[in-house]
Amino acid sequence: MPLDNKTWFQKGVKDGIPIALGYFAVSFTLGITAKNAGLTALQAMLASFTLNASAGEFAGFTLIAAGASYLEVAIMEFVANARYLLMSCALSQKIPSDTPLLHRLIIGYDVTDEIFGISIAVPGKLNPFYTFGAIAIAVPGWSIGTYLGVVMGNILPANIVSALSVGLYGMFIAIIIPPARKSKIIAGIVAVSMAASFAFAKLPLVSNISSGVRTILLTVVISALAAYFFPVKEESSDET
Amino acid sequence: MKHNPYIYILVMAVVTYLIRVLPLTLIRKEIKSPFIRSFLYYVPYVTLAVMTFPAILDATGSPISGLAALIVAMLIAWFGGSLFQVAVIACAVVFVLELFIC
Repeated sequence: MPLDNKTWFQKGVKDGIPIALGYFAVSFTLGITAKNAGLTALQAMLASFTLNASAGEFAGFTLIAAGASYLEVAIMEFVANARYLLMSCALSQKIPSDTPLLHRLIIGYDVTDEIFGISIAVPGKLNPFYTFGAIAIAVPGWSIGTYLGVVMGNILPANIVSALSVGLYGMFIAIIIPPARKSKIIAGIVAVSMAASFAFAKLPLVSNISSGVRTILLTVVISALAAYFFPVKEESSDET
Repeated sequence: MKHNPYIYILVMAVVTYLIRVLPLTLIRKEIKSPFIRSFLYYVPYVTLAVMTFPAILDATGSPISGLAALIVAMLIAWFGGSLFQVAVIACAVVFVLELFIC
């Protein structure tokens, strides 16, 4: 039963609510960083509204605080956000091939870990309006949270921030575990990915690699190995 | 601040948007190569798994509460919990645990 665009949009808003709440908490702490970098609340909100990238913004604000050059900031953003390049490639195959340019431009505005996660988890092809719905609620949460983080500083108790910041990871887990239950291959890939990520974070030498670069490296290597050894059968990737 | 904050924001926004929008707009057709299709099929699982662990251990006030949230969230997701349920319960686990251990 094909759903219409309005229903998809509403589903997106609903699934976007936990994302918006998590974003609010994370961007609140991001606002504190922006303030320390010398940005006003409005500038910080503008940065969040135009970037929608936690690691990218955090790294950017840190460089701004250090008075880095524009080129350094540009390179930093590329490294911190390069994983979105892969996600965007994956999404390009998830949307119908006749998706209009405008819809592609809007999806591209907010390819974040979370929006990507729920969009790619939709069974079959992705109706862009689902993603639009999630964006419509997530972006205000992200932008306003940043604004309030600058204005209110450390008002929110530390244990509330701590609890909220785990919500985003909870969502990632909710996305990867159900398919892992159905497929031993995906379960194995998830386990290997976590183990490799842990090793890269803790072992000497490789632990100096930033988390953004680590994410890209491991994603490319593990996904390529998985694709080589366990190619996806055509019918399973064509479910609509 | 030596530089103009608005130019900083513009630079960051342009770089980030190009990264996100180029593949979506340039790749208009379905990719035929089974290897690339399989690769892109596995990308989300690997990326999300890599980003979740071990980062979740450092996200909270104590690695113990982060680990507890990870385990509880996995169990609830395994037994069919929704996105919202898993996210909220993970937060609740951390909140309750940190009342006791911090």
